[in-house]
Amino acid sequence: MSDKPVFPPDRLDTQGAVAGETLDVAQLPSYVFGARGIMWWGTMGVVAIEGTVFAMAIATYFYLRTNGDTWPMGVPAPDLRWGVLNTLIMLASLLPNHWTLHRAKAHDLGRVRGGMLVCLVMGAAFILVRVFEFRTLNVSWDSNAYGSIVWMLLGLHTVHLLTDFGDTLVLYVLMLTGPLEGRRFVDVAENAEYWDFVVLAWLPVFATIYIAPRF
Amino acid sequence: MKGLIHALEPAGPQAAHIASLWWFALALCALVFVAVLGALFVALRRAPRATGGTPPDVTSLHAPEPGARRSVIGAVALSSVGLIALLVASVATDRALAQLSLVDAIGIEVVGHQWWWDVHYDDADPSRTFSTANELHIPVGRPVLLTLKSDDVIHSFWVPNLHGKKDLIPGRTTTLQLQADKPGAYRGQCAEFCGAQHAFMAFLVIAEAPDAYQKWAEAQRKPAREPIDPEQARGRDLFLSGSCMLCHAIQGTPANGRKAPDLTHLASRTTLAAGRLANDAGNLRDWIEDPQRFKPGVNMPAHHVPEDQIKALVTYLRSLE
Amino acid sequence: MSATWDSTVNHQPLDRRDGATGATAATDELERTWSERPGLAGWICAVGHKSIGKRFIVTAFCFFVVAGLLAVAMRLQLARPDSKLIGPDLYNQIFTLHGTTMMFLFAVPVMQAMAVYLVPLMIGTRNSALPRMTAYGYWMYLFGGLMIFTAFAIDMSPDNGWFSYPPLAGPEYSSGKRSDFWAQLITFTEVSGLIVSVDLITTIFKLRAPGMTLARMPLFVWAMLVTAFMIIFAMPAVMLASTMLIMDRLVGTHFFNAAAGGDPLLWQHLFWFFGHPEVYFIFIPGLGFMSMIIATFARRPVFGRAAMVLSLIATAFFSFGLWVHHMFATNIPEVGKAFFTAMSMMIAIPTAVQIFCWIATLWKGRLHLRTPLYFILAFFFILLLGGLTGLILGAVPLDLQVHDTYFVVAHLHYVLIGGAVFPLFGAWYYWFPKITGRMMGERLGRWNFWLFFIGFNVAFYPMHHLGLAGMPRRVYTYGAETGWGPLNLLSTVGGAMIAVSVLLFIVNVVKSRRHGEPAGDNPWGAASLEWATASPPPACNFRAIPVVWSEEPLWEPLRRPTHVSGLAVDSREVVSTTVLDAQPDHRYHSPSPTPWPFIAAIATTVMFIASIFTPWAVVWGSIPIMIAMIAWFWPRAGETRKQLVLEKRP
Repeated sequence: MSDKPVFPPDRLDTQGAVAGETLDVAQLPSYVFGARGIMWWGTMGVVAIEGTVFAMAIATYFYLRTNGDTWPMGVPAPDLRWGVLNTLIMLASLLPNHWTLHRAKAHDLGRVRGGMLVCLVMGAAFILVRVFEFRTLNVSWDSNAYGSIVWMLLGLHTVHLLTDFGDTLVLYVLMLTGPLEGRRFVDVAENAEYWDFVVLAWLPVFATIYIAPRF
Repeated sequence: MKGLIHALEPAGPQAAHIASLWWFALALCALVFVAVLGALFVALRRAPRATGGTPPDVTSLHAPEPGARRSVIGAVALSSVGLIALLVASVATDRALAQLSLVDAIGIEVVGHQWWWDVHYDDADPSRTFSTANELHIPVGRPVLLTLKSDDVIHSFWVPNLHGKKDLIPGRTTTLQLQADKPGAYRGQCAEFCGAQHAFMAFLVIAEAPDAYQKWAEAQRKPAREPIDPEQARGRDLFLSGSCMLCHAIQGTPANGRKAPDLTHLASRTTLAAGRLANDAGNLRDWIEDPQRFKPGVNMPAHHVPEDQIKALVTYLRSLE
Repeated sequence: MSATWDSTVNHQPLDRRDGATGATAATDELERTWSERPGLAGWICAVGHKSIGKRFIVTAFCFFVVAGLLAVAMRLQLARPDSKLIGPDLYNQIFTLHGTTMMFLFAVPVMQAMAVYLVPLMIGTRNSALPRMTAYGYWMYLFGGLMIFTAFAIDMSPDNGWFSYPPLAGPEYSSGKRSDFWAQLITFTEVSGLIVSVDLITTIFKLRAPGMTLARMPLFVWAMLVTAFMIIFAMPAVMLASTMLIMDRLVGTHFFNAAAGGDPLLWQHLFWFFGHPEVYFIFIPGLGFMSMIIATFARRPVFGRAAMVLSLIATAFFSFGLWVHHMFATNIPEVGKAFFTAMSMMIAIPTAVQIFCWIATLWKGRLHLRTPLYFILAFFFILLLGGLTGLILGAVPLDLQVHDTYFVVAHLHYVLIGGAVFPLFGAWYYWFPKITGRMMGERLGRWNFWLFFIGFNVAFYPMHHLGLAGMPRRVYTYGAETGWGPLNLLSTVGGAMIAVSVLLFIVNVVKSRRHGEPAGDNPWGAASLEWATASPPPACNFRAIPVVWSEEPLWEPLRRPTHVSGLAVDSREVVSTTVLDAQPDHRYHSPSPTPWPFIAAIATTVMFIASIFTPWAVVWGSIPIMIAMIAWFWPRAGETRKQLVLEKRP
């Protein structure tokens, strides 16, 4: 298969181990999956930026905590119920998400559609549960600095849930239409990787919002 | 406002430590500067001239250049030694600054406001505490422990001749230890941008002989002088009946406002409006009538009062020694 | 339908492919494929890195000039004591806007702009990896800048300094919308800066010409790679902080309100966690210019290439450990201070390594003394002085004296102008022939240089003395009794000289653009790939993508294969290579021109500005953005059919 390097530059000398003046790339694939692809790097760039934002927001939480005499500042810690439920749904969504990813790499359009649909249903579920999470934070954003930072953390993650849900929805609709280029499967794969990020980023945020105030 | 102001003319041990470190660092930096630019100069002099058409010399791509390598490594090593020397000197100076003995120290609390300094002298005996503004007196040779707070935004307390600066941060308390060894008037100024009149948030630290200081402190502890003539009495009545007392305090009278400088001994101070104006009758009158003319944005409103009233008010305030 | 993506149709006549020697029909078609569309619509739709790069550079230069004029206004006000020229309210807006513009709208963007233009040429490709994102980034940057100057025109521009410390910038002490405009400008510029960084990283990692291993990559490209990574990890801090500030002001959160458990120092930590690396991501591209220009004008490769690269990386790394040295005057614990002092000293070492390597290069080189090199040589004098005063500022006790005084004003201008602006002017003289096809005037160039160099020192050197003599920063005036008058006057004279020198630069640019001597492909006899193509470069950059065999490709003999063939000429195809050793990996279809980045940027601008006034704008303002983004992403049927012909499955 021609995705092997057409020539190994370091083994090529002036005498020309490769015939001809030019390096012909016509037979190379026109799209690739994973870290070989351009979109993967674009997605990872966004992940790095947003991951840093989460890290900074969590650092802010603990910075404010060292400043406060009591923590959480005179209010009960957030109820665990909805937060735990949502964590479980999100972790469960990794399953159809990864399945979709693998089916995308196999160019299996029918299953990709199915997988995305399952992900979308789960996505809708965790956005719904998120509403209850906000309602059981037990503090308002304008009560004190503790309230401000937990609302910010939860809000930041919710923005990611919404955009990820939106992206997936748009991509799902696109996958229902045609004609489709093969690189749309790369888009599906990148979207799935971003979904992983949104779920994994939730774990430290969950620990900060729900577990940290109990210790 | 007169007053010495220079970081390299120390009048106390803290500023002196810093000044010594400065001269050391300056010498070191000057040495590095001259050496590096010297090397560059020689390089530029010795290298032959060329044009864009001169064939490039690419031998270095295929052959190492041990001579240049040794020189660069040597220069980096020397620089590192210099950096370590500076680091050690810096840490040592930091230590020295922290070791100022606070035995028998005078405690002064300074609260920053937009744009003036509220000064409280502590005392073990609460009846002996007193307040003033924009002017600190300290005895020569005795350490001073300053407790710094802010009532609004971040300010920074800085008297270059005595010590480096320290921020006044809302919600926090910071401290600064200093001592004056030479008598004199040292100018200080807010060093953290604090709004419209950051430029005119100055103050004076007056270091004087211990007995002069004691005399001054005793005078400050007293309540304000009673008016001694009808004009002054009229001025006081105007002060107490008008809006002045909403913000200003005069000890010994019902005026107890805390939003603006304590005026109990206003006439004993060198300046008005945090170093903006010399403290004399003309300036005081102009200031009361239109503070915005001197400090645009200042919180004190203009007071356009009839001629006879302003005269009485100024006469009264000028009597508060 | 599901069969269409599976198409294996890949048989094309040879003249649909590039790289065939002498195929002029193919070459013409390649040029058509990569050209922007004509007219205003074409201008709005442009996604070519050269189009975006040029307008990015020109926009950044305009902001530089405007911010420079603000500096002139400040210098006039400070020229004599008790000056009544500018009142505190206006002065505070001016100094805030000067700093904010220089840092957020000039220094960082202009370096990225230079990279957007130069990097694809230097690494031998035809466009950047994410060109539509870059276009969006440019528009966001432009609209953000226009917003803040509109605010200035209506007396609503921020007045709390470019650092905007709460509580002064918070809801209680800054009423009105001035601080909100500042916070939103930050959002605009960060969106732009971050997007361009992701684009640069992806471009550099994936689109290098075959054979350009990381080890062979030009040092400017290295510098921009390091810078882009720094931006990605530093900018989120200030974005988060400015969001918190605007929320404190708009919806009553308490992040910085000490009375409700918040902390003003939290702002300082977040701001300087970004702010200190920021200095280095202005400075590191400057180091990249230095290395490129020195090699060309010393007629030899830069000495110690590996050390140079490692130094860039070390500088980036250490720069994240310095932020507290902006906060020595707060109540930071002593141990922390010692650590940050040590870090502040340590970061000097990688810069020292580079300075010594450059001196070694010049020492062993043959010098072609032209204007670009003059600007580069000024770096040694100015940056060195600024770096040394930086060491002084890193020492806690000295910092306590000179912090927030004119000493720091002197220091930071020595570092930023010496470390970034002088190399940048050198870079402009150096790459102007590539961008326009004409040389800049050498005589005017020398005048420009000497006036700038002398004017700079006359303007900023006295400020060291002013700082030691107790003059704080950010004062709109000072009393005559302070004795600061004469040196301030001198400084103003220097400021005027700088203004004249920049004017000469503009004259030189305007004149040379039309009447300059034609440059040819490689007027300086330089080694990197951007000089292997015509000046100005054709729309496709290279008629055939070069294959790289050396770290100085134009200085070493050609080896075979010399270039790539087999890319489509009727579609925007580039070759994507592996990250480390740049082996050909796949053909990447580069996005074509589209108006949607522009439209999406307008929608985002409306949302950002409206959110200054109501938090609900975040909700309803997102809808048009979403629509624009979908339209941007949605493939066009015609384009898809065309791509299906070229498609080849991995």
